Amino acid sequence: MPAVAETLDTVRAVTDGGYKWGFVTDIEMDMAPKGLTEDTVRLISARKQEPAWLLEWRLRAFAAWQAMEEPHWAMLHYPPIDYQDAHYYAAPRKKDGPKSLDEVDPALLRTYEKLGIPLRERAFLAGVEASNIAVDAVFDSVSVATTFRATLAKSGVIFCPISEAVRDHPELVQKYMGSVVPPSDNFFAALNSAVFTDGSFVFIPKGVACPMELSTYFRINARNTGQFERTLIIAEDGASVSYLEGCTAPMRDENQLHAAVVELIAMDDARIKYSTVQNWYPGDAEGRGGIYNFVTKRGVCRGARSKISWTQVETGSAITWKYPSCVLQGDGSIGEFYSVAVTNNRQQADTGTKMIHIGRDTTSTIVSKGISAGHSNNTYRGLVRVLPKAAGARNHTQCDSLLIGDQCGAHTVPYIESRNATARVEHEATTSKIAEDQLFYCRQRGLSEEDAVGLIVNGFCREVLKELPMEFAVEAQKLLAVSLEGSVG
Amino acid sequence: MLEIRNLHAAVVEKPILQGIDLVVPDGEIHAIMGPNGSGKSTLAYVLSGREDFAVTAGSVTFDGADLLAMEPEQRAQAGLFLAFQAPVELPGVGNANFLRTALNAVRRARGDEELDAAAFLKLARAAAKSLHMPDDMLKRNVNVGFSGGEKKRNEVLQMAILRPKLAILDETDSGLDIDALRIVGDGVNALRSERFSALVITHHQRLLDHIVPDRVHVLAHGRIIRSGGAELARELEAQGYAQVIAEAA
Repeated sequence: MPAVAETLDTVRAVTDGGYKWGFVTDIEMDMAPKGLTEDTVRLISARKQEPAWLLEWRLRAFAAWQAMEEPHWAMLHYPPIDYQDAHYYAAPRKKDGPKSLDEVDPALLRTYEKLGIPLRERAFLAGVEASNIAVDAVFDSVSVATTFRATLAKSGVIFCPISEAVRDHPELVQKYMGSVVPPSDNFFAALNSAVFTDGSFVFIPKGVACPMELSTYFRINARNTGQFERTLIIAEDGASVSYLEGCTAPMRDENQLHAAVVELIAMDDARIKYSTVQNWYPGDAEGRGGIYNFVTKRGVCRGARSKISWTQVETGSAITWKYPSCVLQGDGSIGEFYSVAVTNNRQQADTGTKMIHIGRDTTSTIVSKGISAGHSNNTYRGLVRVLPKAAGARNHTQCDSLLIGDQCGAHTVPYIESRNATARVEHEATTSKIAEDQLFYCRQRGLSEEDAVGLIVNGFCREVLKELPMEFAVEAQKLLAVSLEGSVG
Repeated sequence: MLEIRNLHAAVVEKPILQGIDLVVPDGEIHAIMGPNGSGKSTLAYVLSGREDFAVTAGSVTFDGADLLAMEPEQRAQAGLFLAFQAPVELPGVGNANFLRTALNAVRRARGDEELDAAAFLKLARAAAKSLHMPDDMLKRNVNVGFSGGEKKRNEVLQMAILRPKLAILDETDSGLDIDALRIVGDGVNALRSERFSALVITHHQRLLDHIVPDRVHVLAHGRIIRSGGAELARELEAQGYAQVIAEAA
């Protein structure tokens, strides 16, 4: 059975309440004391037995972070975050890292099973599905299991926790980490660079099409912890890979911070497809609790004719601040951003993309679908920048907003900067409400009001959902319906 | 099948239906005719449960049950189908997916097993074929980019697939050419049985050449002012509504 394809019904059966992933795993944790100082950074680095260069790198990032201010330009409102009131390292207690899946703590295996993420390779082998997916599972601060590594290694693909890549492939990590998102890029990226604990590392060598979908599943479990993971994906000349990430967290009354960094590098003719289904705990109906999701994701199309495609379905988190971007450096390179962002109750999302056209004949496509319900606020913020040498650059942006009810907000903030006269930049935007007559039409055919909303919303998002790998698309459709439960009537 | 007693309904406190009495027995097709503003469409919406209309008096029994106490989807699941005068567009929602979701909702409510995609497609293709509709009608998004005639034919296709007990056709003939009119007629006639009834709402007699009604009722000012057999439709066509209304007054 493919990862994440186990239906939500299974998960629904083991939990209750609106958010179905809200359970807590009781497991012994190794935690750093609360607070963030240079000593915290040293402690994390020591725990992970890192080389000196990486500690230096972290300390430089920490120094940069201390000199920076938290940004407040987004359309987001939340009380000040006390960065000293959290744990920056939390790992399931164990002697050494698991050598094989048999050594993974059964409590963790059960957690992922409950979430519908199979960490047993035989589960794939016994399945009848044609496609296989390799999974890296990150639990709080550390990666607990990565499947199918041997199979991948045969084609030269490296897929492992980034902490292992630091040890086993230091030359690659040193060369590429921070080359797309420099440690001082922004406040949250600097914080991540100082205290990141784990994440996934992917390297696809020249000419190799990765033989299976790669997937990382992030789970926040411990109380009062932040999660700071880094993902680094490198596709060499002519290589291609499709990568999926999923995220959930327990229901808690306090807010938890998640500040990730993702870097993608595509060389000549390489293709990277990066899909996200973000379902961190969104908080309750009154806006108590939920994840603060401040994420920096950026890909650079370094090579000619390379392509980076971001697809995201954002349904979770109390606060989302996220702008997956493409730097189109190589001539003829292509950037894509397909996004569905759903906000309900008191959720706030400020999300979009940046497309930076540097090379000649570069093209970018942006399709953003924002759905607001309840008292939520949903902002699309996007930048299309065409630099002087990007002759023949083209961009098409489409931003559609759908409102459910009359207490929510939808905002579109596009920035367009073109410094080349031959560039063509197009922007289309629409805002609509689910019309009474659409709902009535569906109900007259026998659909319940909630099924009708699910159907209409899924139709609205179709252009984006069709970009997702099959198993994820099914999951995402159900997730949309669940996220909007109780939003009408 | 359907029993309407002294039905009064208003929209934004303006009374539209002012005491309708109408009984449609099992297996019969009744036509409702009348000039613009007589309350024909309001009757269709009230029977199907649209919330903008307030029932101020009267009762409606459908197959023995209190129709007015049911939610719109419960009415549909119980076998009431409304062919809309202006079918609604659902962008991004495939017609086949929409119809299968609807059919399965209805089947679930009746205690029948749900159909999987393959079984549904077989059924839907057969229905489309019998109505001389191209298969691609099923692949397109619900009513998006459909011509007026295509939208009406799509309503008839949905009716053929959902197989209601009572179909209400709200001016399904408006804007149709002769060929499309015949298709709509064939669609209704194919469902004719002891357990199927229909209310055909129309301005014109021409649809009734294809669907021959058992009874014809003339609606004016929110009341049925005259009822008769199929010949009443031809009389109306010849004399005009004004004459018939004046005679009834």
